[in-house]
Amino acid sequence: MKLTREEVREVAYLSRIEMTDEELDRMTGQLGAILDYADMLNELDLEGVEPTSHVIPMKNVMREDVVKESCGVEKALMNAPDRFGDFFRVPKVIDEGEGH
Amino acid sequence: MELCTKTASELIGMLRAGEIDPIDIVDSTFKRINDKEPDVKAFIAVLEESARKRAEELKDADRSLPLYGIPVAVKDNMCMEGAQTTCGSKILTPFEPPYDATVVEKLKAAGAVIVGKTNMDEFAMGSSCEWSAHHPTRNPWDLERAPGGSSGGSAAAVAACECAMSLGSDTGGSIRQPASLCGVVGMKPTYGAVSRYGLVAFASSLDQIGPFARDVRDCAMLLDVICGHDPKDSTSIDREPPDHVAALDAGAAGMTVGMIKDLFGEGVEPGVRERVSAAAEVFEKMGAKIKEIEMPIVKYALPAYYLIAPAEASSNLARYDGVQYGMREDADDIVSMFRKTRRAGFGAEVKRRIMLGTYALSAGYYDAYYLRALKVRTLIVKEFEKAFAECDILMSPTSPSTAFKLNEKIDDPLAMYMMDICTIPVNLAGLPGMSIPCGLSDGLPVGLQLIGPTLGEQALLRAARAFEIGSGICGMMPGEKMD
Repeated sequence: MKLTREEVREVAYLSRIEMTDEELDRMTGQLGAILDYADMLNELDLEGVEPTSHVIPMKNVMREDVVKESCGVEKALMNAPDRFGDFFRVPKVIDEGEGH
Repeated sequence: MELCTKTASELIGMLRAGEIDPIDIVDSTFKRINDKEPDVKAFIAVLEESARKRAEELKDADRSLPLYGIPVAVKDNMCMEGAQTTCGSKILTPFEPPYDATVVEKLKAAGAVIVGKTNMDEFAMGSSCEWSAHHPTRNPWDLERAPGGSSGGSAAAVAACECAMSLGSDTGGSIRQPASLCGVVGMKPTYGAVSRYGLVAFASSLDQIGPFARDVRDCAMLLDVICGHDPKDSTSIDREPPDHVAALDAGAAGMTVGMIKDLFGEGVEPGVRERVSAAAEVFEKMGAKIKEIEMPIVKYALPAYYLIAPAEASSNLARYDGVQYGMREDADDIVSMFRKTRRAGFGAEVKRRIMLGTYALSAGYYDAYYLRALKVRTLIVKEFEKAFAECDILMSPTSPSTAFKLNEKIDDPLAMYMMDICTIPVNLAGLPGMSIPCGLSDGLPVGLQLIGPTLGEQALLRAARAFEIGSGICGMMPGEKMD
């Protein structure tokens, strides 16, 4: 399976990372080499093998629904790149300007 | 002998006897740091002021605290109030966490003095510390060489005696490989043995915090302080943690140590193979039985890891978007702001892994890559279970090579990934593993990797301590070469 530059462009967009054509070219080569290496996994017979996403048994951890002290507004906002009152301010969200 | 070169257990003896005060150790430690840092560059932030204040406060505190007065360094991906946590990344410069990680809280409660935040590959992705956005760290054994990574700063700081012990994190070998390259002891505990609350996430099903120290006893002491269940980390194992120091001196007699033959082959330097093979003879001398084990599946661990870990990372690192913390690049609309911020904030290796992970999880490739890798992970878990049916612990080299030159592998991602070929299988199976020094090859340290069954830390430490006694290799120092 050969990775194309157009696929890498789409992946960069999905990853929300801006890239120049030159960077896309380099990334296409590097990701292609890693994926070729990963093709080694095709040598294994995985028929009937269950996937493992976690090695320890995972279960929901429940607790009583009681109000506890939280960190507070000032601490929550102390690292905000752009603070507006008690809010994080961001550029406009609707009418997404840039396509891909 | 300067105080900074002593082990934590030696210092604790002196402190409890009232021979010295915490401030004496701090004086010696910062003299050392000022002396070595221009060359080694193990730290992103040196916290001299808060360390001195802490040492003064401790003077009249309870001297029986387990790490009373001990200088400890913390990898820069663990949150600590009052200091920056950058994760070696531009995107988290600046970021001041509003809370302490559980391990940091535990260090403080144990009486430790935190001396600084150590350098690392950006978001713990790398095997040389060269992917730090701040600066590379140099190996105290040879300043032209890399300390390994990603916890290279924590390993180098301990090797250079800039602190007695330190914390690192290990997702695919990031504690054990730098421990090996810097000639110190490093342990990745069982997945879930130590709380990850406040550890910046890389690959959540693999990440684990663990100790670095100059000998096995100190390693066990630090593990005792940090391990245990934490209600704030639902993946931390709920059980009464054992006393690891108490288990140390049981000896290796009667143990069966399995040599994983598949990790002694192609790609392993002859000098490394020789030293690690000689370690088997030490175990025999100490009364253990050596058994050769075949685990052909281990060669598939690296490709499986490079699908699973980037997939998890691509999801975990989605949070760096310039909204709530870290840096932001301005733009007119929000998607452009995300894309410009992430372009400017992430380094090359992090971008590569986010994109690899995004691809492996994307529609059409999920089954071919991600799901396949998870099935291979099952086979790896099963093969380790089989091995532990006949062995108490397993052994292999930690790293296929000794410390490599700076810039040697930076342009070849796959060559860099190969540095973790022996350590990655352990993370995929969630097992405890450690690296201990087992000698030198051409003047550079070689690491012996010991692997235990789930929650088998006591067996590991006991075998490691027996190896120190049997080999006489304990507390290796790069001193002569550096001074």
